[in-house]
Amino acid sequence: MRKCSLSAMNSVFAEIAKEAALYLPVDGKDGRAAYTKWEEGKEWSSALNTVKSPKDFFFPQTEDLMEFKTSGKNIEIVDVRGESEDFVVFGVRACDVKAFEVLDRVFLSAPVDSYYASRREHGVIVSVACTRPSETCFCQTFGIDPTGGAGDISVWKTENEVFWQSNTEKGEALMQKLASLTEECGAEAVEEQKAQISAIMKKLPLASLKADAFGGGKTAELFNAPEWDELSATCLGCGTCTFVCPTCQCYDIKDFDTGNGVIRYRCWDSCMYSEFTKMAHGNNRLTQKERFRQRFMHKLVYYPENNEGLFSCVGCGRCISRCPISMNIVKVMKKLGGNTNE
Amino acid sequence: MNNREETLIPKVGVITDVRIDTPDIKTFRVVTPDGKKAFDHRPGQCAMLSIPGVGEAMFSITSSPTNTEYMEFSIKKCGCVTEWLHQAEVGQQITIRGPYGNPFPVDDVFAGKNLLFIAGGVGLAPLRSVINYCRHYRDRYGKIDIVYGSRSKEDLLDYKEIIDEWANDSGVNVHLTIDREQPDWDGHVGFVPNYVKELGFDTDKTAVLCGPPIMIKFTLEGLIALGFDKTQVYTTLELRMKCGVGKCGRCNVGSKYVCKDGPVFRCDELEELPNEY
Amino acid sequence: MQKITRDQLVEKAVSLLEAGTVSAVLGWKKGEFDYDITPALFKSAEEIKELFVWNDFCGANFSKYLVAKAPKQEGKLLVFLKPCDTYSFNQLLTEHRFDREKVYAVGIGCEGMADIDKVKAICGDGIVSINCGEKMAVGTIYNDAETLIDYADVLAERCVNCKSKKHVAYDELMGDDGEVIDSDRFDEVARIEAMTPDERFEFWQDQLSRCIRCNACRDACPACTCEKCVFDNPKSGVENKAPANSFEEKMFHIIRAFHVAGRCTDCGECSRVCPQNIPLHLLNRKFIKDINEFYGDYQAGAEVGSRAPLVNYTTEDLEPSEVFDRRDTNA
Repeated sequence: MRKCSLSAMNSVFAEIAKEAALYLPVDGKDGRAAYTKWEEGKEWSSALNTVKSPKDFFFPQTEDLMEFKTSGKNIEIVDVRGESEDFVVFGVRACDVKAFEVLDRVFLSAPVDSYYASRREHGVIVSVACTRPSETCFCQTFGIDPTGGAGDISVWKTENEVFWQSNTEKGEALMQKLASLTEECGAEAVEEQKAQISAIMKKLPLASLKADAFGGGKTAELFNAPEWDELSATCLGCGTCTFVCPTCQCYDIKDFDTGNGVIRYRCWDSCMYSEFTKMAHGNNRLTQKERFRQRFMHKLVYYPENNEGLFSCVGCGRCISRCPISMNIVKVMKKLGGNTNE
Repeated sequence: MNNREETLIPKVGVITDVRIDTPDIKTFRVVTPDGKKAFDHRPGQCAMLSIPGVGEAMFSITSSPTNTEYMEFSIKKCGCVTEWLHQAEVGQQITIRGPYGNPFPVDDVFAGKNLLFIAGGVGLAPLRSVINYCRHYRDRYGKIDIVYGSRSKEDLLDYKEIIDEWANDSGVNVHLTIDREQPDWDGHVGFVPNYVKELGFDTDKTAVLCGPPIMIKFTLEGLIALGFDKTQVYTTLELRMKCGVGKCGRCNVGSKYVCKDGPVFRCDELEELPNEY
Repeated sequence: MQKITRDQLVEKAVSLLEAGTVSAVLGWKKGEFDYDITPALFKSAEEIKELFVWNDFCGANFSKYLVAKAPKQEGKLLVFLKPCDTYSFNQLLTEHRFDREKVYAVGIGCEGMADIDKVKAICGDGIVSINCGEKMAVGTIYNDAETLIDYADVLAERCVNCKSKKHVAYDELMGDDGEVIDSDRFDEVARIEAMTPDERFEFWQDQLSRCIRCNACRDACPACTCEKCVFDNPKSGVENKAPANSFEEKMFHIIRAFHVAGRCTDCGECSRVCPQNIPLHLLNRKFIKDINEFYGDYQAGAEVGSRAPLVNYTTEDLEPSEVFDRRDTNA
């Protein structure tokens, strides 16, 4: 384990940014944190987390897939893919790091999504341990440890110091570049912080939330539950939950005619949207109830069924904060989870 | 990164023949610009066809894998992409990628079995691939029965091929029906599910169903009434798809993705899925 | 702190339900914490007694729900309306979007709603309790004592600039009615108008580039009630969930502002629900301000059936050339 003083972080960021684009949470003009490219003057936000998740770095909201040049009856396909440049995402919370694993299992399973894979290979994730979790946090429901140890490098921030530990080869390579700015140290301060945070985690209002009622094999039991009617009754059908979610990965592929060729791009999509499953001759999910149910069943039952029990919710709490009607996965789990959450 | 494989990037395909099958179905023959088959496939698999600027859509490959020269797609006009294709002329380039999905188990489960194919309307398109495959390897299968119905005689897909080729094969019985009487038709009149019941097949067959959802529902009920077990009946599903490889999330039903785990399902497997397909 | 109490509303809802005047109640339902309140359709007195809440976090405007919920209801639907909600209610009636006979509207006074982000800016995260008494008392896992907050310090932006405490529609009013307020709501618009075109472009570029096209603004907006939104229609050519280029992200919001111009009552739901904190209401307020200046003061939803200036030609109307002449002072 190595450490540096908090006041040295600007030099550390400058060092990292010499060779790779560095992104970190920075407070915006409206006071909310967002991942921002570091440059001199940008300060590491002390906010618990960003409104938008860091999934953009690997699965951007919009990306060009290819271009077409057409002339007469002929088509030329232009591969616009470039190799991603090296970049570092600093300050990622444990929940969001876990979300990358959820996305990996989708995009890196055969056939590998080359767009995602290139970014994943060139990105270094520096996690930071949580010190002041929010009432909306429930990562522990999914067995995630917010006290550190995730990503290529783990970072702990104390009052005046920052502690570093590499977890992977990629992380070790970056740590070596920072060798002159950091010094070898013991783990006492980190252990002390971990103990403090673990105690705080037990006090969180959602600390007792359990996912035991969910997981693979629960489709028959949960799909026709009468509670879906009530839960979805006032859902607006917007995509806020989906778009702030670090694990939601549905996408659309669309063509855009630039007037000088056609760009085929992909963009985030939401199963909450009414036309998500609409075909020329029908729609297999006609009501908001069915769309609402799909989102939660996917996270809590279908995804775990296909992924050895791994849930595709990481308890980051963004949907809790941002849903216009304050409906969210916690309310769904409590309502459908029966006695396990009483 | 151009050396990385990427399934979303298609190949260029050329339409080398357009056959008008019915008032709203045309069959397109597609090869690569150098005249070859774009890729190999298994019976029941699909391909993504697109027209840049119009869109991309999934279609079942109608031709048999045993055809090594080209692929065929029988396409009904019903949306942006299909409307555009119906206006396309020979020589038009499109894009093609695939093959996608699970094929029919022609080499294991179907081997040595008596087969019963039941189709309605454009539902014959995905079955034509497997029927012609089984005809090609005729000695690997038992008796073959084909029940096919459509609105009218004009709406019967591949009519010429059915009459001139299928019906003349030994051990292949073709049973055609149309919904309403018409002057130049002396065959059976009536809906497919009823016709299947009238024909009263023995249960020593493996059945393959494809057609409109309502036809599938009633035909399956009819087969069950005749004593068939759901494990003997296969069908194919069609949902909206974008990626074709189980990632974009659109065709997700329960823990299955129709594009990758389907489109071919055994009817007892379908029962395990939530009822939203 | 609200003057009307939760108990008064529960009593009202239960009595109307039990008397058969209404068959269901659109109200606010208790959440996990004291601020994450969900709009809900209550069907039984027991449910209301147990789960109905009314406090300073009941911001949701229920008017739009009437479009979808009222027709499905046997009998009448009880809806509680804050003063600003009643303007949306009237505007929807003007546009024949729901059947007035299917709704029983109870007007309730409102002292302004709180913005949870402002609360958290004061007392920090980790909220475990919020009690709305004389002051707002907020308990967190990090503070031993409750933080006492003045309501004025956490008032939502739209409530700071409240335009009316008067109910313009109701079957029954609980408590006293208020007055239309001569608010400062156009000050921020005037400030933006005073910018140079470049500054103004940069301001909106900065704001709208944060948009994630979640459509929450549109889906919450009581003026956005098209059965098929142009942005959901593949045949429109603009159906997109993400901007294909940097102009399109602005296009969505500009088109939306035009579509609701003259119909937007300035209820502020768009900005309340925006996950990216974009002050979308300023676009709409710009239209309202312009309409007021061009055609005389007009408040959408103030009365049912009123002819909005943009759909009502008179010979007194401003000539296009006069609008054109204003271009130098503001765009």
